[in-house]
Formats: sequence, C-alpha cells, structure tokens
Amino acid sequence: MKDSVTKTLFVSFVVCFICSLVVSYSAVSLRDAQENNKLNDKRSKILQAAGIFNSSTPVEEQFKQLEQKFIRFSDGILVDEVEGLDISSYDPVEFSKKSGLSKPVNPEEDIAVIKSQEHYGKIYILKNQDQSINKVVLPVRGYGLWGTLYGFISLGPDLNTIQGLEFYEHKETPGLGGEVDNPNWKNIWKGKKIYDISSLVSIEVVKGKTSADDKNIAYKVDGLSGATLTSRGVTNMMHYWFGDNGYKSALEKLSNGS
Amino acid sequence: MAAKGYLDILKKPLVDENPITLQILGICSALAVTSNLSVTLVMCVALTSVVAFSNLCISFVRNYIPSSVRIIVQMTIIASLVIVVDELLKAYDYETSKKLSVFVGLIITNCIVMGRAEAFAMKEKPLPSFIDGLGNGLGYSFILIIVAIIRELFGAGSLMGIEILPLTSNGGWYQPNNLLLLPPSSFIIIGLLIWVIREIKREQIEVKEFRLAKHDLSPDLSKGQVNV
Repeated sequence: MKDSVTKTLFVSFVVCFICSLVVSYSAVSLRDAQENNKLNDKRSKILQAAGIFNSSTPVEEQFKQLEQKFIRFSDGILVDEVEGLDISSYDPVEFSKKSGLSKPVNPEEDIAVIKSQEHYGKIYILKNQDQSINKVVLPVRGYGLWGTLYGFISLGPDLNTIQGLEFYEHKETPGLGGEVDNPNWKNIWKGKKIYDISSLVSIEVVKGKTSADDKNIAYKVDGLSGATLTSRGVTNMMHYWFGDNGYKSALEKLSNGS
Repeated sequence: MAAKGYLDILKKPLVDENPITLQILGICSALAVTSNLSVTLVMCVALTSVVAFSNLCISFVRNYIPSSVRIIVQMTIIASLVIVVDELLKAYDYETSKKLSVFVGLIITNCIVMGRAEAFAMKEKPLPSFIDGLGNGLGYSFILIIVAIIRELFGAGSLMGIEILPLTSNGGWYQPNNLLLLPPSSFIIIGLLIWVIREIKREQIEVKEFRLAKHDLSPDLSKGQVNV
C-alpha cells in the first residue's frame, strides 16, 4: 500500500487528536486531587515544624488550630487582611514573582539567593487557651547546592528558640545534602536560638560537629557531612529571613505585644 | 499463538534478552531512581505499564501508520501515555512522584519503550505485543530491583525506608557506604550483574568485532609506514 500525502496527514491528525483528548482528560479530571495533595503536603510540613502533627487525623482538621496572618515586610506589622489577597490560599513563594506585590532583592543583601521577595509574608500562630503565643511558624527559603530549599521553621513563645524545622521541597543530593530531611539532624535544631543577647542573628550550621563545651553552643548546629554548600545555604537562609529584610522587625513587634 | 508461545514472549526478556543487561538500554533511569527501593518499585510499575500499553496501542494501529511519520506517531502515543502515568502518580502517590521528579517524564526517552515499539509492536498482533511489553518492563524491573536493594541496603542501611542495618549515626554499628547513594555506583553494580549473567549464560558473550593487532605487526612510523 502506497502512503499518499493525504493519508499521512489524516493519520497524523487522528493520532494527535485522540492523544490530546486522552491527555487533557487525565489532566483535568485529576487536577483537584493533585492540588489537594500539594496543599496537604505543605500543611503537614507546617504542622510537623510546629511539632503538632498527628498522622491519624486529617491534615485540614489539625490545620484549623493555626491562626494565619500576613506580615508586611516594609514595617513588620501583622495584618489580617490585604485587599485582593485571600489569606488561606496565599502562598508567599508564588507571590514573590508577581509585579506590584514583590520587589527584587539587592544582590549584595541577597545572601539566600532568592532574587525577589514578596511584599507580604505569612505567619502561622498557635495560641494557648489564654490567647498568648505558644508557637509561630514561618516560611523560609534559600539556595543550597542544586536548587532552592523551601521550608518552615517554628519558634517558641520567646520568638527566639527554635521548635522545629522542615523542608517541603529541595533538590539536594540524597544521602548528602538531602540529609536536611534526616529526623536526627532536624532534632538538633530544637532548642537552638536564632538571636544572641544583642539581637544579632547568630544561628549557624558549623562545619563538622559542635563541641559541648563551646559557649556559643546554643547558636550552633552540626554540619551535614559531605554537604558543606547545603549547610552554608541553610545558614544563609536563616541569616536572610531573620535579618532586617525578613522577619526581624515583625518578631520584635510581636514580642513587645503590639 | 498457543499459550506456551505467549509465555515464551513473556519470559525471554527477563534474563535471556534482558533490555538492561543484554541490550544495555534504559541505563539512565536505572542510574537515577535506584537509591531507594520504594521509589524504584513505583518507577518499575510506571515503566512496565507504559511499555505494555504503548506496544498495545501501536500494534493496533500498525497497519495504518505511514512509514514516513512512523517514529513521530510512536512518540506521540508514548508521550501521551507517559503524561497520563505522571498525572496519575501526582494524584495518587504524591510523595513518590516528588522523589521521582523528572524521571517519570523521561520514560518518553527510554530506549526500551521506543525499541520495543519499533522492533516488535510494528510487526506483531496486539496481544503478543502487549505481552512483549510486559516482559520487557519486568526485565527492566528485575534488574532495577536488584540494584535498588544493594544500593539502599548498603548505602542507607534500610529497605523500603525500614531500617535493617542500624546506622552509626543512629547509634548502631553499620557505617553506610555513601558512594552507593550516588548514581555512579549503579553503573558499577550493573556492570557486575552483566558479568555474572554472562558467566552463567555464556551465549550472551558477543563475538569480538575487532582484535588488537600484535605489537610487532604495528606500522613502523620511522619508515613512513602508515595505514597498513
């Protein structure tokens, strides 16, 4: 059978048409489940960072314990509402690239290599019965070795002591930089302090192990062996997000009770 | 074709004509996704279903595919199946799909899929084609699972994420071999597997196409002898 041009075109068209139907049907019909998975994954990381995650109850239920607020980075004030933004679906990472709602970061200050920062950050607050703060959870991100690490860090009522750290997305080498997900390493962070007595960001991932008799042990975390650049990236991330461009003024205002 | 014929088609690619160890195809994903057994299993299921169904679909339309656009029609069908598998993973096994990241998408470029479409499905009826795809997928899975067991057990001291050898970092006795967690280690493991299989099945050893010439037969460059 000789292949005519018409036949070739016809077969190509039919194949493309059927394939596109199959692909678009699967994409559309599964979209809800996918978005739900993504959101739940992130929420469970927030709950894990806060140390209140319980795998037996639905993530959405547990998430209701947390109060969500915007942080205006320009002056560090927590706001309940921003025009045109919905707090429950607001994703700071997504908005860090939107014009009008973000600004480029000055390269000299951009130690975490985030390139552009959103105008409004997000804070998750876990309150005690008497409305005092039990924990706050803050999103952090910064460049490691292969890509940006995205995570959440939680602080205790003094807004200085770390209660937990979780990453929900990163591209580090499994077994080396990927050990940022190792529960033992994440446990080291608990009880460490971000700021020293003069309010300087002092938390640091050191190279190698910390020694117990170091007087600055409260600000030092064991490095990940074989992953110097990832360790440095995590240090830079902390210094950026808890520095003047990040949450520092908001945390100060929050601890003064305003 | 009798049931025995189908069984042969299914069994052949497992060891005798294994796509990885005999044809040396699909090495890229074999290197990348084998550091963790549970991730490897999902990848094996994904690849096996793509090869089987792409063979089935291509075999159904084999008589209508014009030879001039043969490859691109095969690619369209394979790519669509891969996208569907990727979407399904994202919807129902989000954790693993995050770990597999681009490697599900890269099934499109896996030579096993194209190879079977071109070599088998374009000539044979749908059912044998489907079984051939299944067999090749299983052959691929067989090797990947062996590599993954070695890499995860000795590289991370666990299997399917469950600790088998207690690590020194967790207070145990086993010092993990970090090299096994890096992709080059699967090159070495696959190489050793090929050696073992060819030692047992000597008919797989290829006849040498070229031999090194003896030293004294090499050209004498001082006399201007070249190209002898």
